[in-house]
Amino acid sequence: MNHLFQRLGQLCLWFVGYQGQLVALVGAIGVALVRGRMRWSQLGRQLVTIGFGSQLVVIITGAFTGAVLAAQAYVMFNQVGLGTAVGMTVSLALCRELGPVLTGLMLAGRVGAAMTAEIGTMKVTEQIDALRAMAVHPVDYLVVPRVFAMIISVPLLIAEAISFGLAAAYGVGVGIYGINRAHFLSHLLNSTDLIDIGIGMVKGSVFGLLIVVICCHQGLTVENGAVGVGKNTTSGVVFASLAILISNFFLTLLVNIFFPLSLA
Amino acid sequence: MPDSVSSPPYVEVRGLKKRFGRQEVLRGVDLDIAEGETLSVIGGSGAGKTVLLKHVLGLVQPDAGEICIGGTAISQLRERQLGPVRRSMGVLFQNGALFDSMSVAQNVAFPLRESGLRDPEEIERRVREALVVVKLEEHFRKMPGALSGGMRKRVALARAIVTRPRLILYDEPTAGLDPVVSDTIDRLIKRLQSHIGATSLVITHNMRSVATVSDRVAFMRDGKVYFYGSKDELMAHADPAIRDFIEGRSHELEDPDNSLSENPSP
Repeated sequence: MNHLFQRLGQLCLWFVGYQGQLVALVGAIGVALVRGRMRWSQLGRQLVTIGFGSQLVVIITGAFTGAVLAAQAYVMFNQVGLGTAVGMTVSLALCRELGPVLTGLMLAGRVGAAMTAEIGTMKVTEQIDALRAMAVHPVDYLVVPRVFAMIISVPLLIAEAISFGLAAAYGVGVGIYGINRAHFLSHLLNSTDLIDIGIGMVKGSVFGLLIVVICCHQGLTVENGAVGVGKNTTSGVVFASLAILISNFFLTLLVNIFFPLSLA
Repeated sequence: MPDSVSSPPYVEVRGLKKRFGRQEVLRGVDLDIAEGETLSVIGGSGAGKTVLLKHVLGLVQPDAGEICIGGTAISQLRERQLGPVRRSMGVLFQNGALFDSMSVAQNVAFPLRESGLRDPEEIERRVREALVVVKLEEHFRKMPGALSGGMRKRVALARAIVTRPRLILYDEPTAGLDPVVSDTIDRLIKRLQSHIGATSLVITHNMRSVATVSDRVAFMRDGKVYFYGSKDELMAHADPAIRDFIEGRSHELEDPDNSLSENPSP
């Protein structure tokens, strides 16, 4: 029993220490924004890697999520004569929850892992020491361009995921299950406000920031060579994914207070 | 400690102590490097040579002691405050530490761009000049992954000198290279010293490098400077620890009962 409490205490201490390190990195990013210099070429490179390079995976994720949602919703709703409400259901689910969360999770896997692995490899091969030796702050050069690339890319990627999700839902609902096109679109358009799309994009930006801070921190703290790079890359993806899922719950609670879902 | 340095020291290390966990790596290091002088720091693995170099670079903060470079005390400076001092230095890391995502030319141009140089023609001219010095001018488009160990070291050397620094730090410049390539690197270092007249700190355990490049030598043992003097004084020293290091003697006796050749595994 004592051993269990000891382990629990150690875990709590580790968690508080870890949160402290993340806050310190956020502070360093803040200082870099004020005192550092933006590396535009690095920003361009990260925009291509994070934004342009993630499109296919995000489009496929959005499209198949929309298609599955439409198929499931139709089968259930049609039993109570509400088959035409599929558009509304899919649209709200994609904009408010699934679009940002699934895009965030895919980015944590694709982009977050690459960030930790690249920065971690630079750490173990002394490239980060070389940057510092040339009077280049690693946060300015490695973290800040990734933060901006995420902030710019994630809302656009979420918009893509939602658009392709809705298109796929339309294809499944109207094309396969024969829902009336006008009814499908009218329910979809009447139920979805600009604020729903905005909520998705804001959530996505928060997830993007969580991914970049958690994964860059894991990269910058790699120790123990190739084994450390592998270990921290796994940790980065797992921590970022958990942070997305947990923060999404709290964001949803906040959204429900300030922008409650209205079907009127 | 240092007694016969005629010109004022450019690098001063006083009472440097550093502990990592329970391991005391530096136990009070005192060193001077005069302006324009090349000091080689030698010693066995784990003697604290690379940790000393990282302190001079400001990459590690000491537990006690002070380091002055060109009259600036750096031990208590923060990362961003170290910028001006670091811009006056060039570093050759043990494995080159070239940026994988950049070509040879981009690697060499990097410190120039970061120091604020914007004119593309001037950058290209300086990069070409540095690559000519290390005889790699035809490989400027290659990526670091396509280079041999010796070529990587030479590119790293070009990157270290391209800003014409006042202080150059070399961390094991010939480690992992064959004797011929090692000799090439040593001669390059020697040529650079006469060419740009920089103060140099060479961390090495290669006695041939010491003989080729050094003006003065410090021998580190157990986290302290055990010997400091000219290379001739070092070579003539009768201390057993120094003689063992120079002559590469380990005192490990061959144990006939533990011979692999006599008990081959099936």
